[in-house]
Amino acid sequence: MRRLMNLTPGAGGRLLLGLLPFMLLLLVYLAASADRLAENPNDKLLPSMAQFAEAIRRNAIEPNVRTGEVVFWVDTEASLKRLGIAVAASAAIALFIGLANGLLPLVRAGLSPLITAISLIPPMAILPVLFIVFGLGELSKGVLIALGITPFLIRDLQARALELPEEMLIKAQTLGASTWLVALRVMLPQLLPRLIDAVRLSLGAAWLFLIAAEAVAATEGLGYRIFLVRRYLSMDLILPYVVWITLLAWLVDWLLARLSRLAFPWYQADSKGGH
Amino acid sequence: MSAPVPQQPVLQLTSVAKSYGDNRVLERINAEVVAGEFVSVVGASGCGKSTFLKLLLGTEQPSRGQILLDGQPLPQEPGPERGIVFQRYSVLPHLTVLGNVLVGLEMQRAPLLGKLFGKARAQALAEARAMINAVGLSHVEGHYPRALSGGMQQRLALAQALVVKPRFLLLDEPFGALDPGIRADMHQLMKRLWRDHGLTVFMITHDLKEGFSLGTRLWVFDKVRHDPQVPTAYGATITYDIPLNQSKALPPSIAAALNQPAAEFA
Repeated sequence: MRRLMNLTPGAGGRLLLGLLPFMLLLLVYLAASADRLAENPNDKLLPSMAQFAEAIRRNAIEPNVRTGEVVFWVDTEASLKRLGIAVAASAAIALFIGLANGLLPLVRAGLSPLITAISLIPPMAILPVLFIVFGLGELSKGVLIALGITPFLIRDLQARALELPEEMLIKAQTLGASTWLVALRVMLPQLLPRLIDAVRLSLGAAWLFLIAAEAVAATEGLGYRIFLVRRYLSMDLILPYVVWITLLAWLVDWLLARLSRLAFPWYQADSKGGH
Repeated sequence: MSAPVPQQPVLQLTSVAKSYGDNRVLERINAEVVAGEFVSVVGASGCGKSTFLKLLLGTEQPSRGQILLDGQPLPQEPGPERGIVFQRYSVLPHLTVLGNVLVGLEMQRAPLLGKLFGKARAQALAEARAMINAVGLSHVEGHYPRALSGGMQQRLALAQALVVKPRFLLLDEPFGALDPGIRADMHQLMKRLWRDHGLTVFMITHDLKEGFSLGTRLWVFDKVRHDPQVPTAYGATITYDIPLNQSKALPPSIAAALNQPAAEFA
């Protein structure tokens, strides 16, 4: 018998082992739910699968009687739009500043301390300030997400830029590159896949800030809905929404990973080689 | 190897010295190098070979003295007048072999976009492909550097540096990380490129045999003066300047003076 540490699962085994905890959790839930409902059919805490299906049907398939809209999709669209715009804007700003900081010591000396200071402000603490300054509309939600993730993205990109071997930058200069061309042809293309990595890491925080902002002030959105129906103890809607948000987060992450593989084949080979 | 006709020197070093604070690394370096010379620079570790390279490269400035390129002061930062091949990290990982050789031509000819189009691009492509062919990488033109062996990466680095026709080429232990067989191939290639392109080359190496077999001139860096109380008081200088045209045999008196382990001479 080999040592435990030397036993590795096969492809099927890995899938089975991966699914097992999910199945167990589901079973535990179903048992607990059936238990509670047997005792009190009006219990709202652990809804049955049928109750989930009914809530989903009401919110995701049937249009709202008053507005004619399907609430679930309105919420999804509103949240994804907010998240997408805020994250894209943050990434663009971070790429620009991170590159400038990484390449130009003069800019780095001026901006680096400020960015470090900003990154230490808890964004939630200045959410009231954002609402006061930018109003309760879309802008303050976007600014909260941007404030939450941009400093992290900048610092990460700056570090990645500084990690590029000095030799490469010297070589580019001996090939006749100006500062501008080093930025354009040497640094920018090498930072783009690293930007995708950094954005993937920051998405968890971005979702957190999105839902927090929606919980405080919004008229639609996934976070708004969860906090709204909390008043009616609507676990039958909250739990599917949480699963849906998780699924969306996973999907966005997967798409970004896929984009990185397709757009930057040289980078993948690099990271697999692991030097 | 035919000796070049004496002419106006490409590089002139006059009383060049370099110190970092109280630490004198180089002192009293006087030398002239004419076009077509292949200078091998050898010396023990810590003798200032790398500092000397940085002075020529422009990433460090001499504390005293001056370096002239074609009679003009050498620009104080790396530029297209000099080419460099490092031991590692010389090529751009995000460009293919062709892209790596093309990029120098593109950056010099298109200062705004760094990209060429139409006729200019076709012309640059032809030049790049000729250079890639000269270093024997035509069959992997579309590969990324990551997929190349160490020797092939160094061939690519050479092609990348040479395609923009620098006034002189700096090699910083370029073959140090390669297997002996590959290294021999690279020596052949280097000799051929040097002859075909009429290059002026400085090669830093710690492999004495390599220095002797490749160069037309061998510089040995060492400290002539020594203060046992303050080892950093005096810097190294060119202690031997050996022409290698006539004889490639290693004079025993020099071998003894080099403070190198005997294995290095094998």
